[in-house]
Amino acid sequence: MTATILGFPTALVLSVIVIGIAIIGYVGARKRAMDKAGGDARNLHSLPNYYGMTAAMFAAIPALGVMVIWLFAQPMFVQNAVLPLIPASETANAGAQNLILSDVRRVADGLDVAISQGALIPAEITAMAGDPSNLRTILGTVGMALGSEVQPYVLAAAQKTRALSAQGRLWMVVTVITLALIGAALALRAAGPAFRARNVVERGILALLIGAASLAVLTTVGIVLSMLFESVNFFRLHDWKDFFLGSSWAPNFRGDSDLSILPLLWGTLYISLIALLVAVPIGLFAAIYLSEYANSKVRSIAKPLLEILAGIPTIVYGLFALLTVGPTLVRIFGRGEDGVLGVEWMSGATSVLTAGLVMGIMLIPFVSSLSDDIINAVPQSLRDGSFGLGATHSETVRQVILPAALPGIVGAILLAASRAIGETMIVVLGAGAIARVSGNPFEAMTTITTRIVSQLTGDTDFASPETLVAFALGLTLFVLTLGLNVVALYIVRTYREQYE
Amino acid sequence: MSEPTRTHGSLLIQDARTRNRNRAETRFKMYGIAAISIGLLMLTILLITIIGRGTGAFQQTFVTLPVELSAAKLDKKGNRDLADIKKVSTFGYTPLMSAALEAKVAQAGIETTLKPKAMAAILSKNAAATLRYYVLANPQMIGEVVEFTFLTNSRVDGYLKGRVTRDSIANDKNINAAQLDLVDGLIADGALKKQFNLAFITGADASDARPEAAGMGVSMIGSLFMMLVVLVLALPIGVAASIYLEEFAPKNWITDIIEVNISNLAAVPSIVFGILGLAVFINYMHLPNSAPLVGGLVLTLMTLPTIIISTRASLKSVPPSIRDAALGVGASKMQSVFHHVLPLAAPGILTGTIIGLAQALGETAPLLLIGMVGFIASNAPDSISSGLLDPNSAMPAQIYEWAKRADPAFYERAWGGIIILLVFLITMNAIAIMLRRRFERRW
Repeated sequence: MTATILGFPTALVLSVIVIGIAIIGYVGARKRAMDKAGGDARNLHSLPNYYGMTAAMFAAIPALGVMVIWLFAQPMFVQNAVLPLIPASETANAGAQNLILSDVRRVADGLDVAISQGALIPAEITAMAGDPSNLRTILGTVGMALGSEVQPYVLAAAQKTRALSAQGRLWMVVTVITLALIGAALALRAAGPAFRARNVVERGILALLIGAASLAVLTTVGIVLSMLFESVNFFRLHDWKDFFLGSSWAPNFRGDSDLSILPLLWGTLYISLIALLVAVPIGLFAAIYLSEYANSKVRSIAKPLLEILAGIPTIVYGLFALLTVGPTLVRIFGRGEDGVLGVEWMSGATSVLTAGLVMGIMLIPFVSSLSDDIINAVPQSLRDGSFGLGATHSETVRQVILPAALPGIVGAILLAASRAIGETMIVVLGAGAIARVSGNPFEAMTTITTRIVSQLTGDTDFASPETLVAFALGLTLFVLTLGLNVVALYIVRTYREQYE
Repeated sequence: MSEPTRTHGSLLIQDARTRNRNRAETRFKMYGIAAISIGLLMLTILLITIIGRGTGAFQQTFVTLPVELSAAKLDKKGNRDLADIKKVSTFGYTPLMSAALEAKVAQAGIETTLKPKAMAAILSKNAAATLRYYVLANPQMIGEVVEFTFLTNSRVDGYLKGRVTRDSIANDKNINAAQLDLVDGLIADGALKKQFNLAFITGADASDARPEAAGMGVSMIGSLFMMLVVLVLALPIGVAASIYLEEFAPKNWITDIIEVNISNLAAVPSIVFGILGLAVFINYMHLPNSAPLVGGLVLTLMTLPTIIISTRASLKSVPPSIRDAALGVGASKMQSVFHHVLPLAAPGILTGTIIGLAQALGETAPLLLIGMVGFIASNAPDSISSGLLDPNSAMPAQIYEWAKRADPAFYERAWGGIIILLVFLITMNAIAIMLRRRFERRW
């Protein structure tokens, strides 16, 4: 994919060519159909444009489809072809093999860049085959930093990768353009009064629509597979018992790290709990007031204003936690004698409380608008019955409406909890980086999302458990939030049906 | 027969129990009002904080100095050959500025014990580069006296904005009290003042040592390219998926799976999409790290469910009579959808798309994983392909980057960046609301 034609990626240039063929096919087929019909569209089965569209469709869709599949599949084939070049002793375990293969890719990419910038000429690379010791410095100058010296077999594999990739790209270009031409030609030949062009086009469009709808499923599959693969790699390098049941989180780049999810899970749940303690009462009471007491004018002003809180990007809340709420809390609960309360409970601005409070603010509109919908869905007859028995408004709310709406509200709270668990920016900036299990809300703790960010940013090495652990964390997070959502949606849905 | 015992008094006088119940009623209502007030108070505090802390970033302290572009220093050979002039590095320009500042101090009659070099330390590290660019662009001006407006050091800027005080600089190596005296003198003279700083909006990020020169411009372009990718991919795919699910899909278990999938995808934490992007687009497909194209692809996957949900709602709101009428005059099912239903649903779809884009614009977490932070995007891209493929940042990622740096001068810029980001979001949402008001049809 790094290869380019005139500065544009091959795929882009190829797409433009295919679209060009499709347009020519469109014009040609439409004209041919009209000519065959003697210039009178009434003699045709379908409107003339449909003949054009058949040609465009036949030209573009198979060709572009093949191109996308090719782009996905080629790296895999190349990798398999290169593998025999690497001595078996070096690929004893999957981790080492991945490391070497990623080195090979980096060297191959680096050689491409070096040649395009003129830092190397192909003959020089061939000359280096026996002793590539100064390749690392050369690649360094073109911005491709390598972790270790280039071994001769890595260079050989990289050269083969480059050769195969270039060959593959050439074949891709040829195949795709041929397919486009064949498709356009077929449709051109078929164009004529007897050809049911509209039906063909509509079937094609339907297939495209189905394809678009399945993309959502494909995304989910992609998420699960990508995380599953790397998680499996992680569990090969690291004991799963330590990950799920261990007690400490201490990544260590010399290896032999403690990578246990429990302290992170504790931090995540603690912060989410505080966030819910803030958001649920405020959100719920706001929803009750808005749906039961407020007149339409107050409602039409207060509801959108509250919902602004949900539209503010999380980075803003993160900054608010780090620079405003954190220091304010330190002024109140920290600084010993100089502080507001004269206590010394808090030493830094980042803490469970900081992140929890700010996250709570973010979740208020989430809880309130969901609960609002649910309270509104409670039938008026229940209220009228309660009023008729002489209950006051608040008694009606507490004893009739809330019990009736309870399952829905529980669902809303679960959805809010899943939001809180997956929230990233507020905890990255506000919660701190120390993994510990403690009940003190004034201490800094860390969360699953924070660790994913820190393990996957900066220099990452996809053969070390310290990097791969992020995928296992991500998978756990995904399963956790997905589970909460499924349960919440199930509860909300069952509840809604109750009164319909 | 005895008289029935009266448990209640007069209807006109409340008994204790009624009073209690009424009090409970009032209390309950007060809780609701309090909850809403707290919510609105938080919103107000947030907005006041943003505006209060961020507006400073749009102003910067500049000092106006006449600089003699001394030929002896800049063009020793005297041949005005650009190649020779280029040999003078930014270090060669520093004495010119010291001299200019010294002359200014003498002319304004400010008393100071500072050496010229220490005086020049109140200027930004960027100032010499500004001067050099000017000379390289206008070599004919060598030997003349030209008036320049230089950025000052971020500490001087902080002094004018109240962030840096004479008490707070005791341990600061970058500035001392004598320099602040000089600054006071220059303020009195009128040469040094705060003014609007366009470079914050249009400029590029700067290194840790030059917060005064950092700007949002380049990351704005990065965000723009990402939004372009999201729009080009998410809108057609989202609309196509919604049309299928709403108009054509048969009711069976496959459709059910797709529907459940979409509603669950909408609730997947955004960072998970970042992991997907890293694993699939960067590690597997080898798309370049930090490229807006990758960011756009990840945000597309994230925005799709939002767009699908809102598009389906607007397709659903088109009454069946429209479809029936189209079918009645001989349109095929496909024609009825594309010629009649879709145009009528277009305003709703557009509104949903804009709201989805606004969401994507403010999203940060997935961008951290695909490497859109941690480097300095110094040059604006010069073509569409470099805009899509060259490393760049995005607005929220830039804000995060500034929030992590140690110098408090960057915090002000982070808040200022948030103001710019919010202006974009408010504009987009306002357009969406306007579209809805203007074109919404009630059937």
